[in-house]
Amino acid sequence: MKRSPMIKYIIRRLMVLLISLYVASTSLFVLLRLLPGDPANALLSVGATPEQVAAARHTVGSDLPLFEQYFHWLRNLSSFHFGTSLIGNVPVGPEINSRLSVTVPLTLISFFVTITIAVPLGFIAAYKSKTWYGTILNSISQLGIAIPVFWVGVILILIFALRFMIFPAGGFPPTGWSDPGQAVRALVLPVCTITLVMSASLTRYVRSATLDVLNSDYLRTSRSLGSSFMEAMWRHGIRNAASPVVSILGMELATTFIGAVVVESVFALPGLGSLLVQAIGQRDYPIIQGILFVSTMAVLVIGFLVDLAQRFIDPRMSKSLAGRNA
Amino acid sequence: MTTKKRHSLPLIVGCTLVGFIAVMALVSIFWTPYSIQDMTGGRLGPLSSHHWLGTDKLGRDLLSRVMIGARIAIAVGFGSVLIGAILGVVLGLIAGFAQRWVDESFSAMFDILIAFPTLLLAMLIVAARGASLASAIIAIGIGMSAIVARLTRLLVKRVLAKDFITASRASGTSWARIIFIHILPNIWTTLIVTFALQFGFAGLTEASLSYLGLGAPPPNASWGSLLQEAQATVLTSPVAAIAPGVLLVCLVIGMNLVADGLRDVADPTLRRSR
Amino acid sequence: MKILEVKDLTVQTGDGSKVVSSISFSVEPGERLGLIGESGSGKSMTALAVMGLLPAELRASGSLLLGTGQDAPRQIIGAAEKELNEIRGKVASIVFQEPLTALDPLMKIGRQLSEPLRRWKDLKGDALQEAIISALMEVSINKPERIAASYPYEISGGERQRAAIAMALACEPSLLIADEPTTALDVTVQAEILTLLDAVVSKRGMSLLFISHDLAVVSRITDHVLVMKDGSVVESGSLADILRSPQHPYTRDLVASAKELDNALEIAKKSGGN
Repeated sequence: MKRSPMIKYIIRRLMVLLISLYVASTSLFVLLRLLPGDPANALLSVGATPEQVAAARHTVGSDLPLFEQYFHWLRNLSSFHFGTSLIGNVPVGPEINSRLSVTVPLTLISFFVTITIAVPLGFIAAYKSKTWYGTILNSISQLGIAIPVFWVGVILILIFALRFMIFPAGGFPPTGWSDPGQAVRALVLPVCTITLVMSASLTRYVRSATLDVLNSDYLRTSRSLGSSFMEAMWRHGIRNAASPVVSILGMELATTFIGAVVVESVFALPGLGSLLVQAIGQRDYPIIQGILFVSTMAVLVIGFLVDLAQRFIDPRMSKSLAGRNA
Repeated sequence: MTTKKRHSLPLIVGCTLVGFIAVMALVSIFWTPYSIQDMTGGRLGPLSSHHWLGTDKLGRDLLSRVMIGARIAIAVGFGSVLIGAILGVVLGLIAGFAQRWVDESFSAMFDILIAFPTLLLAMLIVAARGASLASAIIAIGIGMSAIVARLTRLLVKRVLAKDFITASRASGTSWARIIFIHILPNIWTTLIVTFALQFGFAGLTEASLSYLGLGAPPPNASWGSLLQEAQATVLTSPVAAIAPGVLLVCLVIGMNLVADGLRDVADPTLRRSR
Repeated sequence: MKILEVKDLTVQTGDGSKVVSSISFSVEPGERLGLIGESGSGKSMTALAVMGLLPAELRASGSLLLGTGQDAPRQIIGAAEKELNEIRGKVASIVFQEPLTALDPLMKIGRQLSEPLRRWKDLKGDALQEAIISALMEVSINKPERIAASYPYEISGGERQRAAIAMALACEPSLLIADEPTTALDVTVQAEILTLLDAVVSKRGMSLLFISHDLAVVSRITDHVLVMKDGSVVESGSLADILRSPQHPYTRDLVASAKELDNALEIAKKSGGN
């Protein structure tokens, strides 16, 4: 009886996901074609002859009619061919792949550490909101959302890498993960940087959700029937608090990813973020396209999964946090 | 019955913080302790009575550069909030009046744009237009407009559902008058709170862009650029890496407090138990 | 052996203002006591104090003895949480005003009902399922299986309140406290719920503490009445006495307005009948 509406929802949501992916890739195509200047310009120097221009355009494929370009674009995307970098002349796909081995662990580890820290802290901040440490926790988290992530990185470098020389000030072992010890050492400060900033915002959400539960009527009802406070929190509180928190987890993961993008530049890590920044500086469109597509796809898929998780916890139809000021 | 004082501590503290930075920015238009072309201060000089914040690696007075950075921070805040507000409120109004599938499309569009990280969007626009202050302001403004639009849509729908709107229509008021006389006055207080919050985040985003080298090009460097430059020499001259950061944090916290204060003053019942 | 004995109960806020000022009353086994007053009179706080469920900011002082014939009466004020857990539900339970928020929105009705049943009747498995169904049937719910498998938002207000009453009854308390149980419901449903409470309280031989602002509702279901205003008891007595010859000016106003409404209804009935 319960299965059917859930499965229907999953199918519907999956279709929305596929449509979103299609819309996203088309938008990306349109957006990049709308850019002033031809993509082939990156291959040319100033004062190129018309033959050189034509040759460049042919290489890049921008001399084909728009529809053909679009068709090629879609076909390439579906097989994850992102073309060739205009600068290094290397295929984009494998380049992105190798960078992912830095960015993905950085993002995921930061995300999970953040959750591990923020959930208990948020709970304490709510439960003990009248105490001095509860108020301090609250103030710190208010502060945390105002701090730029790269600044935290620079400060951490100053303290732990330069003054006390515990961790490297940047860089990632050229052998990648084949030396896991060094790789992890290189990621410690970056992870701490992202975690410090993200924990602040997640703690606020957890605190807010927990406060709602603590002041709720249903908690009171449960206690009026003889349960202890802890029993009531366990049976009713956790699920009700989890619901709003899960709904923003998707966005928090996206924000963590953006944090990683910036932090990679702070610590000179060879990840997706630093590649993107480099490519933007060089107007290397195939790389920009590729990275943006991969990121968008990741964001959409994560959004889909978070949606499902939320529906599982809270079966009510329209659950919207819209209009709630931060 | 005790009447609650309408003074709000957050508002006062916030305005002071923001005011301090705004004054710095304003003054920098007319005067800075040294010209930013002036590189005679000695490289990476310490704090002194001549150079209150020391000098940077090219011998320029840091305080002057920081003051100009304040100018950029305020400009970005205003510019992007302005763009976000105009674009967002207009789109939100349209969506608020729209029905069924048109409304759902608007909603979906807003949600997608909100889910798309603003920094990423800004990087995309910078890739298109080249790095400049204008690119940053436009990009952040567009990203912001989605949040404003979604909020506006919600508020508009809430107001439209009220009885006095129906009564007003029944007495023959045109939709244009209803928008200006009934809807906007009712929603602008909530919107202003959002604008205040977005001001701070615009500053943070622009700082990230500049740090990455994708913001306003030198020598009119924003705080983000200053921090990027300072990183290489952070051990020998930490002030250069700390001062711009502290000011940026003050600006954002200040605006957040202002937002809190506005919320208190506008409608104390909205304030959740902190 | 009184079920509830209240002596000089005072409930104060953190800054010393009194929500309830030194009231005293008692409830005998099988007695039905009504507590009537407007919002702010302290009646709901009295109910919460009896259950030891006052919000953390409020402090209760005085004496609150709650007990059945079997056990010695226990002092609620100042009792440890562990003690209160043994008393709450077993000796007294409470039905709140708004069932939509009083029930866990994310849990099915049946599962919420199983909580007190499992605790106080030590039931498991099939026996538990049967007990859930029969508990729902006792509160006159049609299609109890459907309700048990539903979430609170999926059923009507009346059904929700019945479910809440079932939960309160599942503990088999000697005293049932009902805090404005019909105020949030439609008028037609109000009458049904009152009839239900009446029947159930009689059948089980429970005592009833019924709280309301509505004299008409209170007069349907109670024998004795306490009139509260601004935290104090201004009058008490049997329902008949209060209605016939109210002493305190506030009580007189209450009775007078109720009578006016009654007369208006009579006139309407008569003229409608023609």
